[in-house]
Amino acid sequence: MTTAPAHAETAPAADHDPLVIAGEPFGSRLIMGTGGAPSLSVLGDALVASGTEMTTVAMRRVAPGADGSVWDVLERNGIRPLPNTAGCFTAAEALRTARLAREALDTSWVKLEVVADERTLLPDPVETLDAAEQLVDDGFTVLPYTNDDPILARRLEQAGCAAVMPLGAPIGSGLGIRNPHAIELIVADAGVPVILDAGIGTASEAALAMELGCDAVLLATAVTRAKDPVRMAGAMRAAVAAGRSARLAGRIPVRRYAHASSPAADQ
Amino acid sequence: MLNVIVNGENREIAPGSTVADVVRSLTEATRGVAVAVNDEVVPRTGWSGRHVTDHDRVDVLTAVQGG
Repeated sequence: MTTAPAHAETAPAADHDPLVIAGEPFGSRLIMGTGGAPSLSVLGDALVASGTEMTTVAMRRVAPGADGSVWDVLERNGIRPLPNTAGCFTAAEALRTARLAREALDTSWVKLEVVADERTLLPDPVETLDAAEQLVDDGFTVLPYTNDDPILARRLEQAGCAAVMPLGAPIGSGLGIRNPHAIELIVADAGVPVILDAGIGTASEAALAMELGCDAVLLATAVTRAKDPVRMAGAMRAAVAAGRSARLAGRIPVRRYAHASSPAADQ
Repeated sequence: MLNVIVNGENREIAPGSTVADVVRSLTEATRGVAVAVNDEVVPRTGWSGRHVTDHDRVDVLTAVQGG
């Protein structure tokens, strides 16, 4: 009888490491958005290349004569839609949008997004928390877009949110993660998944989010407005996987001085 | 005729029109679409039974690229 190598028992997480939100497992830790893609066909190819299993969509009034729909693209590729409340400035607007999305897309999951103004698109913390409480009461699984504020993240979790989604930097800015320390504090405190949402510009920043301990990354613009969206989607997929592995592997401590990696010469 | 607001625009529609009729006038799709009348969601199963009345605000929404 052959025995399995020892490492197979000590590190099963390498092969089976699902992201679990509200009890539901996802193989991919990259959640995509759909905004900004040059066409639905490029969007579809980029989503497939990203390996994503859940992707955000917005709700808007039906435009007569619009050809093709993002809903078809997701359905064709077996990607679960995560409706958002983008464009809402108050809790009341967010509730109305979430309820319409639930009806349209047959999902009680919602990316709650209540922003303060058009110029910054920063989350309005007061309205966001208010909306989160009401949506949870109404039976929604709430994933709120929030500031990189550890205390607000805690309050959102206490309100019953299924995840917290702090920004790295303003939406579409590509500024990366401006306050890694705050993200680490949120991760250290959170009992629900932390999903870095907004600000990612390139692959190294997605990897950094995972190295900081985030459970997943949500991004759109970095892929959809890249020169080659499909190629960037693949880069993001690899970056998220690499960052996650590095986090689980445990990085070496940072030292001020050299630490020889070869044996001393006189040994 | 009834004066109603459909997706923010003034429209005249025939008396007796239902929410289902209004949806059909905008899109052939039924899946992926949701309707609110005067800010209240009307479930898909209720579209054909719900008559639109004068001065109603009907919003017909669908999923689009975003976020």
